Amino acid sequence: MASRPIRPFSSRDAVVCRNVSKVWADGTDRAHPALRDIDLDIAPGEFTVLIGPSGCGKSTLLYLVAGLEPETEGEIWSFGDRVAAPSPDRSLIFQETSLFPWLTVWQNVSFGLSIRGTPAAERKAVAREALHRVGLTEAIDKRPDELSGGMRQRVAVARALAMRPKVLLMDEPFAALDVQTRTKMQDFLLDVWRESAASILFVTHHIEEAIALADRVVVFTARPGRVKTVVPIEIPRPRDPFSPRSEALRKELTDILRDEVDRAFAEQEALAPA
Amino acid sequence: MTAVPQPAAAREEQTQAIGAAHAAPATLRPVMPAWAGRAASRLGFTLLSVGLFCALWELLWALGISDPRLLPPPHVFLGNFPEQAKFFNTAQRWQVGVGLNTGPSPAGAVMITIAASAARVFAGLLIASTLSITIGVLVRYYVAVEKLALPTITLLSPVSPIAWLPVAIFLFGIGDAPAIFMVVVALFFHMVLATISQIDGVNRNFINVACTMGATKFQIYARVIIPAILPGLLMVLRLNLLGAWMVVLVAESTGVGYGLGQVIMLARNTFNPSLVFFTIALIGVLGFASDWTLRVVQKRILYWVPETTGVLRGL
Repeated sequence: MASRPIRPFSSRDAVVCRNVSKVWADGTDRAHPALRDIDLDIAPGEFTVLIGPSGCGKSTLLYLVAGLEPETEGEIWSFGDRVAAPSPDRSLIFQETSLFPWLTVWQNVSFGLSIRGTPAAERKAVAREALHRVGLTEAIDKRPDELSGGMRQRVAVARALAMRPKVLLMDEPFAALDVQTRTKMQDFLLDVWRESAASILFVTHHIEEAIALADRVVVFTARPGRVKTVVPIEIPRPRDPFSPRSEALRKELTDILRDEVDRAFAEQEALAPA
Repeated sequence: MTAVPQPAAAREEQTQAIGAAHAAPATLRPVMPAWAGRAASRLGFTLLSVGLFCALWELLWALGISDPRLLPPPHVFLGNFPEQAKFFNTAQRWQVGVGLNTGPSPAGAVMITIAASAARVFAGLLIASTLSITIGVLVRYYVAVEKLALPTITLLSPVSPIAWLPVAIFLFGIGDAPAIFMVVVALFFHMVLATISQIDGVNRNFINVACTMGATKFQIYARVIIPAILPGLLMVLRLNLLGAWMVVLVAESTGVGYGLGQVIMLARNTFNPSLVFFTIALIGVLGFASDWTLRVVQKRILYWVPETTGVLRGL
């Protein structure tokens, strides 16, 4: 594949993807492409939501931006630096709980600081502040298994915030929560986002969630994922999910996604043994 | 409930009972704390389980189906403790100048024998787990160690401990050392492989989180992987503890002074079924007790692991 010229970009941008492709198990007979030719610019402080049919590589893109996986082709930049390895500047929050069960809540939140050798007193102060921002100060000495799913996800957000990241990467963080908790968590996340001034790259399946949160919604095609279209959500916050504009956007995004989901299904059926 | 008319008094009683339950639930059953109740019920079922087994055996004896000379029932082999205990002085009976009445008392000899075997089991377990966890971690930490050590370990792991017995004697002669070596060799290879599979099973997210926080490889191992594999390792250790009890008897049969394996050998050579079953009962109790000890330790160390209660819970 002849490499395309790289479009120019600003070194102030939080995340820049240029011609990014990812092939899993590249060079083996199990190789399968996950992403193809992703071009994406995320401004500082911007809230971007990625949606697309399942298996389209949205999560893969987050892993690439986090630096946990190398891209097969192309380049990823963050604030003028090429992404080559994980960095505390780009925190990743997972769908499943990823709190260490053997540590207390505050030890979990300040884990990154303990890696740097920060003394315990200072760590606890930072943890308290981060937990205050997610409204969980009273849980500071508890253990993760004593918390509900929503509380654990808030602790995970606090852990990411304690590192003062410039970019928050969130991989379907609220997918495992019930609908009521999910709505609460969305409001909470918007508050945290406003205070922290970080850019957020948020993966979800839910069109409603995308409309509630995003400055821009990036819609992916079925596998291998490419950027199908970018839909700006220009509704002032707080947003009413039942306003005519929200309804119109929901219809628009649903229509765009339906084509892709149909394609993904057709492809899966073609692959399945007859 | 609709058709049956209740006498007024009975209804009255019922409401009162409900009222009382609401008013002071704590005063209703202040007899014993909940954990004591659970422990008592567990102990009760243990005794019932063993009791049923013994009762079946006794029944077969009473009906004349099992020959008491070959399968003496529990009341026979447990009934005469001094008679059995005098065989436990395996270390000094045939020494020059030691008569039947010198040396430790029969009960003392039983205690010494138990202590000697248990010490070998725990020494072997300690050495084997330290060695195998260290090597298991090194195999995953350094690719060179994996390439150089893992094939040999995998090749040697199916070798039965029995095959190692002559090696133990070649290397260490007779005594405690070969018995401990046997325990170590019986556990080591499996525990290395178990450690490696535990490391491979660590939740990827834990490692990814540590990576994004800037942890080095050493920190990831020390702060994430080791605590994450501890619960699985202690489970492996518990299973291997039972294996250690099995193999220590084989090792002791070669001659180690005091030891349960020596008693079993003696019983076999003198055709003494009562002594065999007495020793088997002793080993059962010891294995049970040491498993229980390890479980208490497990609960202490692994404070974060929720207690496994439910349909799959063993005793």
